[in-house]
Amino acid sequence: MSPFLLVLIKVVVALAWFMILTLYLTWAERKESALMQDRVGANRASIFGLRFFGLFQPIADAIKMFFKEDFVPPFANRFLHTLAPFLSFFFVAVNVAAVPFGPTLAAAGRPLVLQILDIDAGLIFVLALLSLGIYGVLLSGWASNNRFTLLGSVRGAAQLISYEAALALSLVGLILVFPSLRLSDIVAYQGGTLLGFLPRWGVFLQPLGFVVFFIAVFAETKRVPFDLPEGESEIIGFFAEYGGLKWGLFMFTDFMEILIVSCLVSTLFFGGWQVPWLGDAGVHFPWGADWHWPAWLIAAARILAFQIKVFFFCWLQILIRWTYPRLRYDRLMELGWKILIPLSLLNIVGTAVLVSL
Amino acid sequence: MIQALGILGALIRGVWITARHFLVNLFFHTLQLFGIKTKRKGAVTIQYPEKKKELAARHRSLHRLLKREDGKPRCVACMLCVTVCPSECIVVEAAEDPDPEVQKTAARFDIDLTRCCFCGFCVEACPEDAIRMDTGVIDISALSRADLQYGLDKLLK
Repeated sequence: MSPFLLVLIKVVVALAWFMILTLYLTWAERKESALMQDRVGANRASIFGLRFFGLFQPIADAIKMFFKEDFVPPFANRFLHTLAPFLSFFFVAVNVAAVPFGPTLAAAGRPLVLQILDIDAGLIFVLALLSLGIYGVLLSGWASNNRFTLLGSVRGAAQLISYEAALALSLVGLILVFPSLRLSDIVAYQGGTLLGFLPRWGVFLQPLGFVVFFIAVFAETKRVPFDLPEGESEIIGFFAEYGGLKWGLFMFTDFMEILIVSCLVSTLFFGGWQVPWLGDAGVHFPWGADWHWPAWLIAAARILAFQIKVFFFCWLQILIRWTYPRLRYDRLMELGWKILIPLSLLNIVGTAVLVSL
Repeated sequence: MIQALGILGALIRGVWITARHFLVNLFFHTLQLFGIKTKRKGAVTIQYPEKKKELAARHRSLHRLLKREDGKPRCVACMLCVTVCPSECIVVEAAEDPDPEVQKTAARFDIDLTRCCFCGFCVEACPEDAIRMDTGVIDISALSRADLQYGLDKLLK
């Protein structure tokens, strides 16, 4: 098989995984919020009378959005207005290229890397693209030529700048501990154990870094405790002048961001595809016992472990989104500049001291 | 510092409450999916068109006009309901009744349900107990305004 075809297949499979999960994340969000609030959630959409707990709801929503009018307000900048949702969609969707889905498999005698792009600056790539996503927000707010959308996008830009700094700084400690920017290397470093029993995951080596990273990356997704750019109840947000499929793209981008954030958190801080105590030969229990597993089982367990971690963090983000109220704007800025950045700087200093010892 | 820890504790407690609701409800939903009957349900929702909540005895639902033994409407066209109606949605036209004990009857009794606010004053005002709001019909809807003009034919059913 030519390498080009292989990459093409990987791209298609990864994007399909990504899109389908994102589609069903909308369902998961509705169901999870319903369960948290003692409700039932979307359960009416049916095909031939079959409801399946509302699993057809995302498809019904998609069909509805497809058939809505593609409206551009007459006072808007038509080109930028159309470009913005696609930009923000692209900058998030392309992140899936850097996610390591599993260990390197030996398929037909050749190594098969379960990652589209194993670039040596994978972490920088992801951070850069995540922050480029702000262009979608800014352009949509500006091109709509509406005060409220502009207000939303300006808020979004200010918020993302303040959290971008904390986000990058919180990862410096991680890079000091796992001396690599290649995401597959970072995952590989997280195999093995600490003190004999604790998995050598980033969260145990960098607890403070994890907390700062998680809060900052949550702010990147622009969801409820940090949903100032949108602010449903006050300014409607940067996509107020959008409808139909373009609005759907913005929503879809939001959910894709949740998924990407889950991938990042589990890759950087929760061992990616590493299973606790599972080595290349089988399970090595902390009390010294060994349990030999065949190679295919180890590979399957590792791929499954990554999926489980991603699902867990999606669940956690939805839980947080439906628990907390929105932060006031000045409090949001205070949290970013006065708490998270000093904390991440402290984390860098502490880690550097500990590493150099 | 102590204040910050307190805020953190409150945040964690909040997430714990919502997570507990999620897990407990998920547990009961799963039990019901496998057909296990439990006293507690996963959700407080009543799945409306399939399951209906029992109405209270004094619930004011769609109006009906009561009949005498001989099948004629009890209404004597005294206009008290028309007078008391705050939405002015009742129109009554009187006619002569052959029975000298009754003297008047309603030739026309229209309720405009698009205007009715279901206050029940007409029921309170009626000296003949001719109108009641106890049909238990609460899904009154129509595709046109004309379908919501209820006359004698619909009200006497």
